[in-house]
Amino acid sequence: MISTLTDTERQIALVISGLLSLVGLVLSAAGRHDPLGAQGFIILAFGLSGVFLVISGFHLPEPTEKRFSHYYDEPIKAGIIIAMLWAIVAMFVGDWVAWLLAYPEMTFDAAWASFGRLRPIHTTGIIFGFGGNALIATSFHVMQRTSRTRLADQLSPWFVLGGYNLFCILAVTGYLMGVTQSKEYAEPEWYADIWLTIVWIAYFALYLRTLARRKEPHIYVSNWYYLAFVLVVAMLHIVNNLAMPVSLGSSKSYTVFAGVQDAMVQWWYGHNAVAFFLTSGFLGMLYYYLPKRAGRPIFSYRMSIIGFWGITFFYVWVGSHHLHYTALPQWVQTLGMTFSVMLLVPSWIAAANALLTLNGAWHKVRDDATLRFMMVAALFYGLATFEGSFLAIRPVNSLSHYTDWTVAHVHAGTLGWNSMIIFGAFYYLVPQLWKRERIYSPVLVEVHFWLAIAGIFIYVFAMWNSGVIQGLMWRTYNNSGTLAYSFIDSLNAMHPYYIARATGGLLFLMGAVIGFYNICMTIRSSPAAAKTRNEQPATIGQSRLRPGE
Amino acid sequence: MFQAHYKLERYSVGLVIAIIIAASIGGIVEIAPLFTIDQTVEEAPGMRVYTPLELAGRNIYVREGCYACHSQMIRTLRDEVERYGPYSLAVESQYDHPMLWGSKRTGPDLARIGGKYSDQWHVAHLENPRDVVPASIMPAYSFLARTQLRTDDLSMHLTALKKVGVPYTDSMIEKAVEDAYGQAAPFSALADGVVTRYGDATHIRAFDGDPGSVSEMDALVAYLQIIGRLTDAAHEQKSSGDAE
Repeated sequence: MISTLTDTERQIALVISGLLSLVGLVLSAAGRHDPLGAQGFIILAFGLSGVFLVISGFHLPEPTEKRFSHYYDEPIKAGIIIAMLWAIVAMFVGDWVAWLLAYPEMTFDAAWASFGRLRPIHTTGIIFGFGGNALIATSFHVMQRTSRTRLADQLSPWFVLGGYNLFCILAVTGYLMGVTQSKEYAEPEWYADIWLTIVWIAYFALYLRTLARRKEPHIYVSNWYYLAFVLVVAMLHIVNNLAMPVSLGSSKSYTVFAGVQDAMVQWWYGHNAVAFFLTSGFLGMLYYYLPKRAGRPIFSYRMSIIGFWGITFFYVWVGSHHLHYTALPQWVQTLGMTFSVMLLVPSWIAAANALLTLNGAWHKVRDDATLRFMMVAALFYGLATFEGSFLAIRPVNSLSHYTDWTVAHVHAGTLGWNSMIIFGAFYYLVPQLWKRERIYSPVLVEVHFWLAIAGIFIYVFAMWNSGVIQGLMWRTYNNSGTLAYSFIDSLNAMHPYYIARATGGLLFLMGAVIGFYNICMTIRSSPAAAKTRNEQPATIGQSRLRPGE
Repeated sequence: MFQAHYKLERYSVGLVIAIIIAASIGGIVEIAPLFTIDQTVEEAPGMRVYTPLELAGRNIYVREGCYACHSQMIRTLRDEVERYGPYSLAVESQYDHPMLWGSKRTGPDLARIGGKYSDQWHVAHLENPRDVVPASIMPAYSFLARTQLRTDDLSMHLTALKKVGVPYTDSMIEKAVEDAYGQAAPFSALADGVVTRYGDATHIRAFDGDPGSVSEMDALVAYLQIIGRLTDAAHEQKSSGDAE
């Protein structure tokens, strides 16, 4: 890793790591009576590892000018492995808390082991750890390939990847110690939020600088989606996390928003984290890897445009559908509902565009599990967006909100859509990046696929059932006109579904573990004879393909 | 239109600006008016702020992630009003940084939990939920009773909240630590100050049953007992026939 950096970059890396260690030292001293102290130590340890890493490789020869004729794939490889590690850890924690709901005694009387502290580790670990690292890794890959140019420099990809993972580590270790803002999907506290903002600016700059070097006149659709992801997530993150720290020695802060305004800002953030993190960025992935694997061009350029701008414009309006029948003014609820329903149009255009791309390649879907992962992802994307629009309708929401139905919906999206496209992309990428002829075991890819499918179906059907039952029990009246069931009656009815859900999650986790094993074995297998087709950045003047062709 | 886009996608900065514009409109239209339109938050002249002890309890509620399973938002639906109580008003959370409306009811809504059960019930329930509700799936929080509440930084907490708009007075900030002790120690000299600053209706009790010290259990129970009771606005609305 250090050998790919120029001398100047090594010096800058040393300075950054040194500064980071210093910040960690200051925080650990200032927060010695507070969880912030422990967080400071983590930053310090992270910074010092950076220092040692750079020093240990400092004597290595500089990369030559020849590097410009190769893509810069090292950070992508690291990102893939890190993403898989996060997947396994976060899915394990998810399944653990799922079992806690069925067997609540398993907390060992320890604060850190209770549902409330573990649950954000699962959500952050999956969305930001697994999803985020996969987005960063694949965006580095896609931006280079579709621009036919190398990343703008060698250091900033590592800064983005390392810095981002420091943020994730600070987040999950903080939850164990009880450090949280309580804003769903934005739990990390002020210092981690500031750090992520810095990392994110570097990410955005790297993206634009790489695009500026492109050898293609047109920017491919995947990059529009990745750009929307980077930009809008920055906007959401900064606004939703505006907060007043108690002191510089305290991990605790108070958000500047209160009550109803806070609720609206939070769900504007929360739903658009789904929109621009889990949808836009992942559509960028889908629009590159699915056509590549299928060997077919994207079905329609115009559908790509309509889908992209529809999603980018409509999504931002829909957050208020999380607040139906609450103290939020009704006009905002109605706007949110209206746009949620309209959003189905661009969403299905995007999904249909992906599925229609497979026309002429359906025999490959049958034979190739990697492509099937991607096809199922597009299918679940269509399903989850339909369900989302449906649940956003006020009377439907009156039944579904606060119940497990929401959980079913979210997991149809994250398991069926996000995870499946990541696994598909990784199975496509790993042999290519490590220059192996094929994945270590295609049979294990099949096993992973069917374990994942079984897990999703068990999970989602269990939660659909429990959610609808819960919602109906809460609103059932008996003949004398009083409520028929106590809350605890509805809780008792959930027990079998909670066991089923945890079992489904376990199957999905097993699939991910097998996938990680398969990826590791592929990396360890012997390299294939160099396969260099289309694997070099362009020199100026080569053939110009239009995006979408 | 597609021709225009064909040109636009050749310029990364143009694309960036177009994305920012497209993605900003919805948020601006929906969020900005909430800060300016008077009707967004009702008037409740008698509403008080959280005492330092209740605030510390609220921070424990946040720390333990209680909001992941309990909402604090009763919707304007008949069954919810009959099950939990008058539907929630915006004004009830006007001092809540952050709001804790929640999004999931793995356990019941807590917006009207204040005063519904005794302190002893809450302590027993937090010690081990299954002692009082055999079918409960809530984790046990017995460590709260044996953990001393951290009070030394409470003044700074109140100051931070004042900066973001909660009307804490200078004497509330100055006496924050004393008030935290006073509220959990009835008949002590410190208790009177709490009533002077936060009003006669403030609960002054040894919430965890031990008046000698202030534990995290004291703080959390003090908070649970004040949820939904900082103002009577929601109840008044119901008695005037507006409910549903």
